[in-house]
This record gives sequence, structure tokens and C-alpha cells, in this order.
Amino acid sequence: MPDKPKVAFYWCASCGGCEEAVVDLAEKILDVVAAVDIVFWPVALDFKKSDVEAMEDGSILASFVNGAIRTTEQEEMALLLRRKSKVLVAFGSCAHLGGIPALANLWDREAIFDTAYRTTASTVNPEGTLPQVSLAHNGDRVHLPGFYNTVRALDQVTEVDYYIPGCAPTPNIIAGAVETLLGGDLPPAGTVLTPDIALCEDCPRLDTKPQELTIERFRRPHEVIADEGTCLLAQGLLCMGPATRSGCGHLCINGNMPCTGCFGPTSKVRDQGAKYLSAIASMLGFEDEAAIDRALDGIPDPVGTFYRYGLAGSLLRRRKMTPVDA
Amino acid sequence: MSADTNGQPRIGVYVCHCGTNIAATVDVEAVAEYAAGLPGVTVSKTYKYMCSDPGQELIKEDILANQLDRVIVAACSPSLHEATFRRATAAGGINPYYFHMVSIRELDSWVHTDIVEATAKAKDLIRAAIHRVRFHKPLERARVNVNPAVMVVGGGIAGIHAALTLANAGKKVYLVEREPSIGGHMAQFDKTFPTLDCAACILTPKMTEVGQHPNITLWTMAEVDKVDGYVGNYQVTVRHKPRFIIEEACVGCMECIEVCVFRRGKTPDEFNLGLNMRKPVYIPFPQAVPQVVVIDQDACIEFRTGRCKKTCVEVCAERNAIDFTQTETFDTVEVGAIVVATGFKTFDPRRTPSYGYGVYPNVYTAMEIERLVNASGPTEGHVTLRDGRTPETVGIVHCVGSRDVNTNEHCSRVCCMYSLKLAHLVKEKTGAEIYNFYIDIRAPGKGMEEFYNRVAEEGVHFIRGKVADVYPEAGNTGRVVLQAEDTLLGRVRKIPVDMVVLATGLEAQADADEVRRTFNITCGGGGFFMERHPKLAPVSTFTDGIFLAGCCQGPKDIPDTVAQAGAAAAEALALVDKGFVEMEPNTAYVVTEECSGCKTCIPLCPYTAISRVDGKAYINPVLCKGCGTCVAACPSGSIRQNLFEDEEIYEEILGVLANA
Repeated sequence: MPDKPKVAFYWCASCGGCEEAVVDLAEKILDVVAAVDIVFWPVALDFKKSDVEAMEDGSILASFVNGAIRTTEQEEMALLLRRKSKVLVAFGSCAHLGGIPALANLWDREAIFDTAYRTTASTVNPEGTLPQVSLAHNGDRVHLPGFYNTVRALDQVTEVDYYIPGCAPTPNIIAGAVETLLGGDLPPAGTVLTPDIALCEDCPRLDTKPQELTIERFRRPHEVIADEGTCLLAQGLLCMGPATRSGCGHLCINGNMPCTGCFGPTSKVRDQGAKYLSAIASMLGFEDEAAIDRALDGIPDPVGTFYRYGLAGSLLRRRKMTPVDA
Repeated sequence: MSADTNGQPRIGVYVCHCGTNIAATVDVEAVAEYAAGLPGVTVSKTYKYMCSDPGQELIKEDILANQLDRVIVAACSPSLHEATFRRATAAGGINPYYFHMVSIRELDSWVHTDIVEATAKAKDLIRAAIHRVRFHKPLERARVNVNPAVMVVGGGIAGIHAALTLANAGKKVYLVEREPSIGGHMAQFDKTFPTLDCAACILTPKMTEVGQHPNITLWTMAEVDKVDGYVGNYQVTVRHKPRFIIEEACVGCMECIEVCVFRRGKTPDEFNLGLNMRKPVYIPFPQAVPQVVVIDQDACIEFRTGRCKKTCVEVCAERNAIDFTQTETFDTVEVGAIVVATGFKTFDPRRTPSYGYGVYPNVYTAMEIERLVNASGPTEGHVTLRDGRTPETVGIVHCVGSRDVNTNEHCSRVCCMYSLKLAHLVKEKTGAEIYNFYIDIRAPGKGMEEFYNRVAEEGVHFIRGKVADVYPEAGNTGRVVLQAEDTLLGRVRKIPVDMVVLATGLEAQADADEVRRTFNITCGGGGFFMERHPKLAPVSTFTDGIFLAGCCQGPKDIPDTVAQAGAAAAEALALVDKGFVEMEPNTAYVVTEECSGCKTCIPLCPYTAISRVDGKAYINPVLCKGCGTCVAACPSGSIRQNLFEDEEIYEEILGVLANA
């Protein structure tokens, strides 16, 4: 009997939700396990880095890497898995476009360290110790991963073959992607393995979106009890649906919450946030600047709204504070 | 890379000297040499004048000899010669949209002085183009049939002349006028300067011709409500206001006016600027076209009480032309072109209170004097004051509401000459002493200076100074004093006069902004409609198929108005007579299978080109002007634009920054 195809899972700068998403496949995971050999999955199985290093280059069919790249260790593992795998899949929003961790690109390493290790109310650090890449400990030299100034998406570190978007990817998307990869009839490299159309297309509320939508005031979800049958954008809630890939089954909409954009843009858009800002600007029902400013006050965190999952992968990439040293 | 370049494109780069326009500031040889070394460039040359026949021939020959599939010309600007070089590219046998123009004159040599810097910039710009053209696609210009009918909006002399010109060329014309009669301001004038022709004598035959012309549908008391469509195929909705007279049934006998229960008129007569009163049923003026009466709903007893004896209906008898039940109606017609000739309004001198208009009874506007000197006017041509006296001294105040930063900055062009005309006419009729208070006498044009000299020789006085104040003369004489600093004498003059004539200027119509929106044209300073180019496209607008004639575009006299109306008619004729228009392919389009149907784009289109078809956006390529608004707004990137594809723009940016 020929060997089953080998697959690997790995996590970088992520919350663990993507790992949960794999487990969320529930009984379907048994099909996956039956079809493949999982040769590396730190969250669940006890394989070591050295096991991977020992494999032949290209011997893994597919590695699913979630999380953004923030440290030297993550970069090293990404490059290792790239080398060992035929197919490298960026799994979830963080690997795809940087995700929530990439919002750290609004600051730099120094500012992040300062906040995390010095100034937060809960920090007790009288010596002012900061993370270091190398230090003496009990007479030994300890080497630790370095912390980059800029958080990157996986494809900003190494070549990525496919993307499975989502924060986290939904079970049907994962199952579909695995099926595609095992099926052998591979789509062109660089494909995002979801429908290439915006979420509105299959939104159950699309018909209630007025043809001429003008927004005079933006509301945040906690400020309003949204009507369950009506287009959320029409209710002033900043739903990212028009600028976000579909395929998620509009779970947030079903929960009466606006889309936050985790599936990223369609293939024709380079910068989801900029594109949607452009669209939203066209919906403002005002001529005078003061009124426009007042309306925009309803979006207190524009980067966190329009670039919630995509800052690293966007044209902006990061706030320019220091030279981008990667 | 587009499929048909088989990998590497074969680009021809041509750097134009433009004489010394470019070559004096940009080292064109160095630029061409640099371009020759860039990837994909097969041919790179300079030439003294690329737009000349030999320059264009160069492109054509190189395409054939070197199998070029992309052409870049670095020269003046696309607005000047893009079409030229596209033609040259097409002459070489490849799609004209494989051509791209780089502006190194307007954007480089003309705005820089440093040769090194300017040369570096030219290289950057050309490098951007080289990056871009790889992604160019072959495009076709679509042909659209043109409806041969033309609408003329406004029935003044401009509209009349344009309508007759078009109708005489065999085109169907709809002439829309909002007043009950055509004729406009010219119908109100007595004589015309500088020839002193009788205005009515030269105008009314043209009015009659309009009324009787088989090719002209004349709609008075009508306004354009809505314009849909695009060049060659406009759908215009016209609103007909109720006249309460069935036009076809009325023979213009005016017996109804005679027998109206009002013995005397009680409503200010609009045509005579309220200098006399008219009845509720009236004809605007004796030569009105159409010769059809009109009922003033606000004044008519039947409308106010419903209990009038309706003697008018009785006398109309079997003609039965009176219909109190008429309401607004609408017509929609299809036309290929529209001539907008909506005219002007005169400045309201109440806005400059120091001239005392509306305060002192013998301060008149020039238009009122036109009616007073006219033999068919309210005084049958006798120039009398409101108390019946004949004035012995008359002061004419020039530039009222013109050349004044507080009102209108522009010169109204006609006031100097009509003031001289009125001076002549009033002097002729009354023998009064006439004082012109002027800033400058502006008498350009054929016969104008001669006319000025003639009036001066007739003994009319000219005082060079702006009237600062008008106040009653002491001693209850009924006269007012005009006070001005005579800048030639260098002292203040105070001249008591019986009559003051305010030479009010010309302004855009009060509803010009609404009209502008209806026709999707633009306004310049002062609200006058903007021509496409002040010199080279003076009657065109930025909306294809919409042309301008007369004072709606800016103040002008009758000869200029008629000339412009003729030009507008000729432009419209050139469009509709050709039978088709070619549309630029720089339009936006929806990639239907990528469109989520989110509707963001639909309300944004200024040309209403976008609709929703089967749940997806659809852009009518004929309506699209390529403004790019929807392209920018489409949140899923499903709307693209020919010649402005994302790849083209990104590559251009990358190219221009490649050496940064």
C-alpha cells in the first residue's frame, strides 16, 4: 500500500483559533486523518522540529501554517516547512494577510515592549527587563527568538501556494480546501480557496439594501439593536460585506453582527481597507466637510475597522515610524 | 503581460523635440538612448516634430519594419495629439489603443528650467509608460446611431435662429419656450444698435417663420423637465404648463380679451415691465407667436371664485378654445442634440440702493425705456415721466450691476451701446439734454465706434465717472441729482435730471443652476454656462451633443448671438447629419461573475449609466463617460475601466518609482 500523503500543521503569531477550527471539523476530521498522515502538529502531536528537519525536502504534500510572522523563530519554521513541502498553505487571516497581530504595525518594537513590559497597570518589572535574543542564565547562554519590528503575512516571508482565509476558517472552507488539495486537480498557485466574489452576493439581507444608500451616521454594534431582517449597512453599521470575500456562510450576519472582513478582499483588490474606504466615502450623505467629519467620528478606529485583518498585506503595510527593517 | 505579446512586447519609443519647446530643456537624445536600454524597447528615436506627417510616418514605418506592438510617444499632451498618434499607430496596422502618450512638454519642459532634472524626469515618465503599455489591450470604438431631431431650448433670438437654421436644413426641431410667446428680450427692444433697425421689423418675420415651419414643433409655456440618454439619443421630457386655451382652436381674434369681465387690466403687463396693466386673458404682445391668448390663473375671476360670467367662453362660441380644466402635461421626445439658448436676466437695480430705483419714481431701467420709446409700448412711443411730463434732462447711468465687485465683476458688453442708442432715441423724441455717466465707453465691433461718434456729435453729454449717489433735488422739483466724480475734470459733478435711466447689466438666469443640472453642463463665473473651450469650442459643452447659443453662455449683442446660434446649429447639424457617433472606449465595465450585486455603484454614476440587471451591476457603455467614480468605489474590484486597468496604473506607478 502506498504511503498516505503527508501533511503538517503549524502555528505562528496566532491566537489558537485556527487550531480550534481544525478540531471543529468534528467527525470530518476522521476523514482527513484517514486520508493523510499528519507528520507535524505541535498543538496536538509530539513531533519535534528535528523530525521535520530529518525529512526529505518536498516530502510533505501540504503544510498548513496559521498565524502571522512576528519572530525569527516563526520565520525559521515557515522557511523550513516551505522547504519540506510541495504545497504551503497560509491558513487563516493572520497567515493570509497579517490578521489581528498585524495591527501591531501601528507601533514598532520599542513602543510595544514599552507598553507590554513597562507601562501597563498590571506590569511589575522593577528591573525594566526587556526581551532579549541572547542572555546568560545559570552559567549558560540562552538564545531566544528575536522580535521583529514589523508583523508580516506568510507570503511576505516565503512563497505561498494557497490561502485559506478566515478568522478562523470555517469548517466547510477547510474541508473544501483539503478536498481540493487531495483531489489533485490543483488550482493556479496563489489562489485563495474560497469563492472570488463579495459577501453581499449570498447575503440573505441583500434585497433590503436600498439602491441609493446614504449613510448619515455610523453606529457601532453596541450602540444599536439591529433589525434582524435589514441590511446592516443600511442601519449605519459598518458591515464589510461588500468588500469581503464570501464563503463563510455569512455567519456574522446570521448572528446579527456586521461582517468585519476576515476573509479579506476579492482577488481583484489589492487593499481591502482602501477600497472599502473609497466605497464608504461615496455613501456619505453630506456635502459639507463638518458634517462629513461628524459622521466619520462614528468610526473611532479606522485602521482597526478597515484593516482589521489585512494591515500587513495591504499597501499601507505599517505605520512608518522607523525604517522598515523586517 | 497580455496574451498577444508572446512574452516580451516590442515597444517603439519616440521622443519629440517639439522644436525647442522640449529639446531646449530636456536632453531628448539622452532620453531616447536611455529608453532604448529598457526591457521590451525595440526602437527608440527622437524627431523634431512627431506630430508632423514625417513624424507620424516614422511610427507607421517602424511598426511595419520592426513588428512593433506597442507605441509610446513622449511629446506635448494627450489632449493635443493623442488622437493624432493613435491614428498613426492604427495606420501601421496595430490597434490604436496599443499607443500611449507621455507628456514631457506640459508636465516637464514647460514647468522646469534645470536640464539635468528635466531630463531625469522625462526618463522616469517614459519608464512608467514602458511598464504600462505591456498591459494595454486592443479596444474598439463603438458606433451608435444618432437621432436626427434636435431640441432648441429657449425661444429668444438665439433659439429662433438656431431652430430655423436646423429646420431649413431639413431637420426636425422642437423649440421649447417657457413664456407664452417666443421672441425673448429682443421682442421688447425698440431699435437695435448701431444701425437703428427696428427690432420688431427684423425679428417678427423670423418668429412667424418659426410658427409656420413644417419642421418645427413649437412648444410655448413649456420647460424641459428631464434629460435622459446620451449624445445622439437624448430622451427629453417637456412639461407643458396650462395655458387654459386650446392652442389649435384659438385663432387669435382676441375677442375674449375685449369682453373679459375686467373692464380694465389690473395685472402688471410683463411685456411692458409693468408700465401698464393687462387683463387676466391677454396676448403677450401684438406680434406674439403663437397668436394665441393665455389666461392668467392668478388674476382670472373664474379661477379665484368659480363664479365668473365667463363672457370669454360665450364669445369664443363654437371655437370653444377656452378650457379652464387644463392641467400640466408632459411629452417625451427623442433628439440627437440639444441647443441650450436660455438667455439672460437683467440686473435688478434694487440691489444697488444708492441709485434709488424703486424709491424715486423717475428712476427707470433701460428695459423700461425701451418700452417707453417703442411705438407699440404703453405710451405709444411718448417718452414721459410717471406724472405725464416730458423730461427735459435725462441721466443715463452706465455699468449698473456690471464691472462692480459688489454685484457683477463682468462687463455686460451691450450696455454702452444700448445706452448710446437710448440716448439717441430719447433725444430724438424729447429734445432733452442727455448725460451719460460712464466708466469707459466700450464700442468694439462693426459700426460701433462710428455710432458712438454720431451720438456724441448729436450733442449727448458724456461724463466720465461712476455715479456715487442719486438724491432728490432740494425744493421739491421732482428732479433727482446725479452725483459723480468727473475723472476727466477731476471734480465732483452734481447734475439734476428729470429722468434717470439705469443701464442694467446682464446676468445668468435665476434658475441657471437648475438648468445646468438638467442638461448636465457646467457654469462658469456668474452662472453663465461654460463652453468646452473658450476659443476652439465656443458653442460646445463638456456634455457631447449639448450646445450653447446666446446670452446663457455670456453677455453678447444680437449680431454675436445670431452668429453663435448659427454656429451651435452647425455643430448640432454636423452631429446629427453624420448619423452616428463613435464612443471613446475608455469606459468602465462590470465583470459580471465577480459582481456581488451590492449596489454601491448605482447611485454614484453622474451619467446614470449603471443599472441592476439580474442582481448584478450593468454599465451601459454608451452612457459611460469613463469618469472612474464607480471603479474607485466598487468595494469588490469588480468594475474595471478600459485604459485605466489596475495593472496599468500600478505598473505605471512602479515604473515611475523604479529609480527612486
